[in-house]
Amino acid sequence: MKLTVNGQAHEVDVEANMPLLWVLRDELGLTGTKYGCGIAQCGACTVHMNGMAVRSCQLPVAAAQGKITTIEGLSGSDDAATTANLHRVQQAWIEHQVPQCGYCQSGQLMAAASLLSSNPSPSDADIDAAMAGNLCRCGTYTRIRAAIHTAAKAGA
Amino acid sequence: MGTLKKITRRTFLIASTAIAGGVAFGTYQYQKPTPNPLLADGMGDADTVSLNPYLKINQDGVTVITPKAEMGQGVHSMFAMLVAEELDLDWQTIKTEHGPASNAYFNVALMRPMAGFHDYDQSERANSVRAYTEIASKFLGMQITGGSTSAPDGFVKLRSAGASARLTLTLAAAQQWGVAATTLQTENGHVINPENGDKLSYTELAVAAADIAAPARPPLRDPAQWRYLGQSMPRPDIPAKTIGAAQFASDIRLPDMLHATVRMSPRFGAGIQSADTQTAAAMPGIDKIIQLGNEGFAVIANNTWRALQAANAIQVEWEAASYPPDNAGIMQLYEDSFNTAPNGTFEQTGDVDLAFADVNSDEIIAAEYRVPYLAHATMEPMSAVAQVTENRIDLWTGAQSPTGTRDMVAAAAGMSKDQVHIHTTLLGGGFGRRAEADFALQAYQIARQTAGRPVKVSWSREEDMRHDFYRPAAIARLKGLMDNTKPRALDAQIASPSIMLSMSKRAPMPALGPDQLIAEGTAGQPDQIEHIRIRGYAPELAIPIGFWRSVGASFNGFVHESFMDEMAAHKDLDPIAMKLATLGDLSEVGTKVVQKVKEISGWNGRNQANGVGRGFAYTLSFGAHTAQVIDVSMTDRGVKIDKIYCAVDVGTALDPRNIVAQIESGIIYGLSAAISGDLTFKDGEVVQSNFHNNTALRIHQVPPIDVAILENNPSITGVGEPGTPPAIPALANAIFALTGKRLRELPLNRHIDFV
Repeated sequence: MKLTVNGQAHEVDVEANMPLLWVLRDELGLTGTKYGCGIAQCGACTVHMNGMAVRSCQLPVAAAQGKITTIEGLSGSDDAATTANLHRVQQAWIEHQVPQCGYCQSGQLMAAASLLSSNPSPSDADIDAAMAGNLCRCGTYTRIRAAIHTAAKAGA
Repeated sequence: MGTLKKITRRTFLIASTAIAGGVAFGTYQYQKPTPNPLLADGMGDADTVSLNPYLKINQDGVTVITPKAEMGQGVHSMFAMLVAEELDLDWQTIKTEHGPASNAYFNVALMRPMAGFHDYDQSERANSVRAYTEIASKFLGMQITGGSTSAPDGFVKLRSAGASARLTLTLAAAQQWGVAATTLQTENGHVINPENGDKLSYTELAVAAADIAAPARPPLRDPAQWRYLGQSMPRPDIPAKTIGAAQFASDIRLPDMLHATVRMSPRFGAGIQSADTQTAAAMPGIDKIIQLGNEGFAVIANNTWRALQAANAIQVEWEAASYPPDNAGIMQLYEDSFNTAPNGTFEQTGDVDLAFADVNSDEIIAAEYRVPYLAHATMEPMSAVAQVTENRIDLWTGAQSPTGTRDMVAAAAGMSKDQVHIHTTLLGGGFGRRAEADFALQAYQIARQTAGRPVKVSWSREEDMRHDFYRPAAIARLKGLMDNTKPRALDAQIASPSIMLSMSKRAPMPALGPDQLIAEGTAGQPDQIEHIRIRGYAPELAIPIGFWRSVGASFNGFVHESFMDEMAAHKDLDPIAMKLATLGDLSEVGTKVVQKVKEISGWNGRNQANGVGRGFAYTLSFGAHTAQVIDVSMTDRGVKIDKIYCAVDVGTALDPRNIVAQIESGIIYGLSAAISGDLTFKDGEVVQSNFHNNTALRIHQVPPIDVAILENNPSITGVGEPGTPPAIPALANAIFALTGKRLRELPLNRHIDFV
């Protein structure tokens, strides 16, 4: 099975129905993408396929035939409009000190980056709608909202 | 650079708060220095020097050992701040590590609640008895992150470690330069001679400093001089958490590592009746399937997903549970427990029976409250990596109680404690769940059967939600009687199983008589009420229960503050005015917290003309007085939370931004439980299995939250838990204000819709 992750081509010997999540984590060693529920309810496994946020726990690797970007590749992805190395959502996440335990944050960041690429200046309601699929048990939501606004301004 | 092992400073006296004289018996033992675990055989690397258990210095600079579980609460940052403040470390280059499991990192503050005083009692006498409990804490030697104790535990200890190291490093520089130490200064990891500009880094001085006797109780800086403490510092753990580089136990990868998962009996205490693992074992990538006692199976594979698939394919019939199979039967046991002798009477003042006998029955306010079992549902399901070789066990796991985990694994393996090496990773959420050792013990049992190969054990979400040590359900029956401005009598009976009893059956922890946790949050409140009686009843069931963020206060806050709101409504009183009257002169700290939340919320009553209902609640938990106001309104999709206000007194605010984050976190955790957190039983099994049928708050449900931090308490308090208890009744009281409906059962979404 062939796939392209963060600009790199890979060949993996796995079942066609293995979810992309487990190919990333256990076969390619890209552990930044997390397992949280396995049923697309929590968003911890969010990655980009051709720039769009997808839940990698529900995406069979055989269907992951676009350009896959994970958190490890976010800073180098096409929509990175940054002054430093990090994607502007990552910079904003640090500025607002968003993470607590951090386990859900890769997914949150990937969802936020995807939102900003389709909606450069989202309102609170836009953010809530786009981010409602990403659970955070630590309750970092108020800072996520603030950080997305900051990242939006940085990209304007 | 000298080697770690050669360094002579093998001991470091843990300074603590005011242990003035020590007690006659055991003084020597108590004052005996604690060995530095960083200098134990096999620890660390040769080029690293350790001046005390909290510091490692090598060519890369200074690493602060932060032996608390970092589960999101920012404790590594806070502990590093405490050390850096006294040691003058450069924040830009600061590094933190969990360090080894060691009794040297015992939690000094753990036994304070056992001092026998109300938390609101901040008299000199109460605080000196609390200080004496540190002796017991040292003998217990438990390295544990929980009970909102990290700030009180580390506040003096970590600053002392920094100050002590600073003194020896300064003396080492003074010797080298042949000048008086008092003429030297420290700055950003260096000792500086201001006379001539000479400068030596701590790295250069570490070896010489290690040979200088460290003072046990070095003088600490005046808080007026603090540079880091009191500021909102950028947390050192955050950059890695934004680039996917933070390592949780789930992310550990070792050479030749296997991947495993488990399938455990869904009925607690009930084993395997019959099973067929053949089909599962023949699936691709499966190494083998092993039985874990009679409790279930582990599937060992070359990929986690393959292990998960095979675990689902195991055909198994489970034995029946010893407890009633469904909720109705389980809750009947709770109801029956009211007819048994109380587990304990936790408050008794005046004579409630007499007070009620004196009045007409229509003056008596009575209500029953119910809350369900709850799972912790950390974002990272339970996980651990284990490697077992002939003389050694290594475990990589997110442990809130690393010494407890070490001891239990050592006991299971018949090995000595120093043969078990716990490598604490970051925790993908803890909330009390990772204070348990079950998943680490399991990883050890699995790794015993992999011929020395490391194995990562990852639970599915379903296993995680259905094999928790749950927040117990509870039923509370209350009776009250009002005076004109505040309650005259309060009689509370609370039925909930004893967490301490449940713990004592699986961990080296005694169940010490009456379990205060049943009533904490109803008991222990600064209620200046003439007649109070609070009794706990403890039904016994085989359903495992444990510490869930804010523990007993997680439901007692709801019980107590909803009932106070009912009592106020009965007399048409403003709930905040009644709270201030009830506090009386018991706690000025509490009074100021209530006044503060009134001020920041612009409170002028529970009902607002513009269709907003406002709820107020106040809970004293883990020493922190916390008051909240929640505003709700009705939409066509249900109740919407519009705004949350919170005032909390932490004594001394070490990192304001992080305190706000913790309080918001606690509130949101509480509101998840209030609105939708549920756990029910059918056929002896937990019904809820994943986030589709046990949901938590999502971003669109969380409004702006205003947090005001006060510092009137003479004692420093933790903030991990106190935000949770009052959030639940503040919401229920707001819904009462909005709709007139008094909701006495959680989760509230059984009775009303939410946005």
